Amino acid sequence: MTEIFVLVEHRQGKIREVTYELLGWGERWIGQQEGRLTALLLGYGVKELAEELSMRAPRVLVVEDERLKDFNSIYYQRVLSSLLSRYQPLLLLMGHTAYGMELAPSLSVELDLPLATDCIDLSFEGRQLKALRSIYGGKINAHVTLKESKTYMITLRPGIFPPKMPEEKKGTIVIEPSPIQETTERKRFLEYIEAPLTGEDISQAEILVSVGQGIGGPEHLPMFEELAKSLGGMISCSRPVVDRNWLPKERQVGISGKTVKPKIYIAVGISGAFQHVTAIKGSDTIIAINKDPRAPIFGVADYGIVDDFQNVIPLLKEKVKGMK
Amino acid sequence: MNIIVCVKRVPKTAEADLFIEKDGKDIKKDHLVFALNDWDSYAVREAVLIKERYGGEVMAITVGPEDSKEVLTRCLAMGADRALRIEEPPCFDALLIAKILARVIQGQPFDLILTGVQTEDDGWGQVGVSLAQLLGIPHASIVNRIEIENGKARVKRELEGGLEELLEVRLPALFTIQTGINEPKYVSLAAILEAEEKEMKEVGLEELGWTSMESLYATLDQVSFPPAGKMAEILKGSPEEIVNQLTEIIKKKKG
Ligand SMILES: Cc1cc2nc3c(=O)[nH]c(=O)nc-3n(C[C@H](O)[C@H](O)[C@H](O)COP(=O)(O)OP(=O)(O)OC[C@H]3O[C@@H](n4cnc5c(N)ncnc54)[C@H](O)[C@@H]3O)c2cc1C
Repeated sequence: MTEIFVLVEHRQGKIREVTYELLGWGERWIGQQEGRLTALLLGYGVKELAEELSMRAPRVLVVEDERLKDFNSIYYQRVLSSLLSRYQPLLLLMGHTAYGMELAPSLSVELDLPLATDCIDLSFEGRQLKALRSIYGGKINAHVTLKESKTYMITLRPGIFPPKMPEEKKGTIVIEPSPIQETTERKRFLEYIEAPLTGEDISQAEILVSVGQGIGGPEHLPMFEELAKSLGGMISCSRPVVDRNWLPKERQVGISGKTVKPKIYIAVGISGAFQHVTAIKGSDTIIAINKDPRAPIFGVADYGIVDDFQNVIPLLKEKVKGMK
Repeated sequence: MNIIVCVKRVPKTAEADLFIEKDGKDIKKDHLVFALNDWDSYAVREAVLIKERYGGEVMAITVGPEDSKEVLTRCLAMGADRALRIEEPPCFDALLIAKILARVIQGQPFDLILTGVQTEDDGWGQVGVSLAQLLGIPHASIVNRIEIENGKARVKRELEGGLEELLEVRLPALFTIQTGINEPKYVSLAAILEAEEKEMKEVGLEELGWTSMESLYATLDQVSFPPAGKMAEILKGSPEEIVNQLTEIIKKKKG
């Protein structure tokens, strides 16, 4: 029987959505075959989370230990290496997230298991695992074969697979003893730091004029500010714009910034990396302006303009003056 | 504080037209501009800032072809003290690169290793954390602040949605550096000229004791353009015509 393990991500008492995406992928893949899908929940005081998970996973394996209260990859690795050695599932699925990126590579080295990160699709040819990865900022796909192994490890890109929905029939919950023996001082979790709430909140905006690295420099910002104002909207941006201090962090759209859902999202000079576009999918209408016709942003936009923004934005700005 | 920074030379593809090689195994690269991987450039700057605060030495290492020396020169101009290029194996995956780096680093004194979170080209995000495990040292990934005190580092990791976590990690340790951790500094011509004088060594794989290559965990079969799928409706015409259409769309969708 093939078994798929899914590592549950949870933080501050909540299960993260990516967990359900991983379960959704696992369930579809197992489909008609004889197989079993198991969610691995590591934590402390997580009975309620286990109940919640059992609505979406046929089997939930729970390991509780005080040291698993917050995510620390050293303890997670200890537990997972013991579970994987014992059960030898065909596949361990994790999210390509702050969890998976911290944990998957070191676990794969420890157990000598092949790993492919940031995958956007998977398939098996016999027992051989093929992974599809999106590279060069989403402009190219790479088809990769993993070395044959009893167990494979994969981190899947978040935000691309439909999540598993709750079901009537509840899964079983199995409690496993914690294999953690020693407490470590090598890495300690201290605390969470929340993003400060300041200024205006782009997640509430109805219209966003969003600028990326492609605007070339902060000297063009006043033009975009003016456009946003005429439209009764706000200005937002991609991450490099914040990294370079052209705009403050609170303006950043993306997985490490804000999720937005305006009526109109106008992306200018933004290539469309997944870390950016997963956070704009709730927009009613997306308009992209980019000089590269192959920019991945055109794959998520409703309307596109293939041109230098300098040929378009000044005209648009004049045209919509006083439109608000 | 001896700091090792691992870096890579990558093609800049965000604005470039890409073509696929005949054998289907890679994109054509001869028309592309190459530079230091963006994440690595923040890592090098961070290493230099830490050195300025706590003293010590910064060494930049890359596994790459001959041309990679240009990004090492850049690291030296940014303030690294020494650089080392390791010959690139004919085929490799992220784990093999980590193993080669581990082999070289094992013989060096270090307190801290920095890498970028990932590369701009194939973005495995795997080399840094694998390297830490191979060396048996603790790590933290996606780091956007580092403070060092009494043989320990307090680091901030970036999580999702603007949330961060604070960790304490005992040195020696490895951190993968996130963009935005510091302010890039302009590299002057004088600094580039000075860099030419600094130590840059090169080492072949055979010298390191790699005779035959081990089998890879991940083999690249081919690359392709993503299937077209859903595509935006592209507005056509002169800029004036396009802006007229766009204005109508905005009016309608604004409700
Ligand atoms: C852990 C992690 C978290 C991340 N979180 C986020 C996040 O929250 N938000 C985010 O945005 N990114 C995030 N990123 C970064 C992300 O991977 C991309 O690097 C980033 O989104 C790219 O920003 P960009 O599109 O502005 O720049 P680029 O990718 O450099 O794209 C610039 C675009 O501008 C176009 N362009 C250039 N000049 C012009 C012109 N004159 N006119 C019109 N178009 C032009 C180019 O064709 C190109 O498509 C994260 C990465 C990691 C690893």
